Amino acid sequence: MENIKKVESPRKEENAIYNKIIPAGEGWMHELKPGQVLRIVDLEGNQAVDTLFYDADNPEDHYSVTATITGQKNIYLTTGSVLRSESGNELLKIVADTCGRHDTLGGACSAQSNTVRYAHDKLHMHNCRDTFMLQLSKYGERFTKRDLAPNINFFMNVPVTEDGHLEFADGISYAGSYVELLSLRRTLVLISNCPQLNNPCNAYNPTKIQVLIWDK
Amino acid sequence: MTKIFSKTIVPGGKWSGKIGKGKLIRFTALESGANLSLMMYHVHDLSERYNMPDTLKAQHTFHLTKGNVLMSDNGRVLASITSDSLGWHDTVSGYTTREGTDEKYGKTSYQELRNDWLRSGEENFAMELVRNGLSLRDMAPVVNLFSKVKTDDKGNLTYCLDHCKKNDTVTLRTEMDILLIVSNTPNPLDPRTNYPSVPVAMEMLPAEPVDLNDYCVNYRPENRRAFENTWEYYALL
Repeated sequence: MENIKKVESPRKEENAIYNKIIPAGEGWMHELKPGQVLRIVDLEGNQAVDTLFYDADNPEDHYSVTATITGQKNIYLTTGSVLRSESGNELLKIVADTCGRHDTLGGACSAQSNTVRYAHDKLHMHNCRDTFMLQLSKYGERFTKRDLAPNINFFMNVPVTEDGHLEFADGISYAGSYVELLSLRRTLVLISNCPQLNNPCNAYNPTKIQVLIWDK
Repeated sequence: MTKIFSKTIVPGGKWSGKIGKGKLIRFTALESGANLSLMMYHVHDLSERYNMPDTLKAQHTFHLTKGNVLMSDNGRVLASITSDSLGWHDTVSGYTTREGTDEKYGKTSYQELRNDWLRSGEENFAMELVRNGLSLRDMAPVVNLFSKVKTDDKGNLTYCLDHCKKNDTVTLRTEMDILLIVSNTPNPLDPRTNYPSVPVAMEMLPAEPVDLNDYCVNYRPENRRAFENTWEYYALL
């Protein structure tokens, strides 16, 4: 795809202050300080990483897809994109991206949406919404399902046609593709490493990802 | 059929209320260029609400029209679109903020202009959410009735001027007991620098019972399964 812009990072893995592997189907919730940079690595390629952000000083203010995409008048995320909260505040900025395009519209899979999209007998399958809720449960009553606003799918390819058709296409992310986000304030990151087996978002084979953090 | 409700949502106006399942809600643009932002919650469990991604991905669409349904995050149908003269309602542009309204149309105040001051979607929704025991924490992408916003192959968003004509109309049918919030405030991507001032009529009527031959039920197999989830929910109550 010729429109895709790829920007590499100068940061070296050995200087990271945090480095963790997240297997497929698992979650991660972590606070970033202002100025810290988070890198998410698609280790084996074609892996959707469902991600939500909150203002850590006001966790009721969640990431907003509409504030983010109307702010940049474009539905895809890449280097230079500013991720905004429901109140319009700037949460993070993408500062490097070797994949080049990330989805804002596909949201997270759930047991219920799997029954709608595929078949009623998919209800038992593991899904991102469950991973999100399990992570939120560790924060006691501070978070509930109300806080699960539509999320970003890093490395996922959901093209929209001019006549308004939405597709789930094969990924454009390769083994080792990464995206880096500069935290502009104290932000909470909530990740579900997507376990979806029913569509090509993970190439029908969910794989590990890596998260790294650098201090400013 | 007998109308059971009729109101005009004036420019800048808002409304919220509980509507039982099996009602038709007909919205009509009384002038060209309307935009009515809408959010929907399940009355008996307000944490269940209209979910933009679940709605779009299940129906493989970026916009809504006749046959489409508005799905909740629990895989159920909150409402379906039973008739539509426009062919496209926007799902991705959100609502105007106070800051955005002041920047685009000029700062206004009640003190200065009384009820002609320019309202924002953000404040309209905030007030109606709090009225119903919720808050902006519960905000998510809205449906913008009457607006068309399309993308090109690079993902750039364009608001289509002249999409909505005078007397264009769209009808929703409630499939669950819902809390509806509407705000007659501009689409954030509308490039016009004069505050759009189009009143929208909102009328409600009883709906015929939904059967298995229903257009929306059969619009896609995904819709059918979402209806089945909804019927199952009510069968258990």
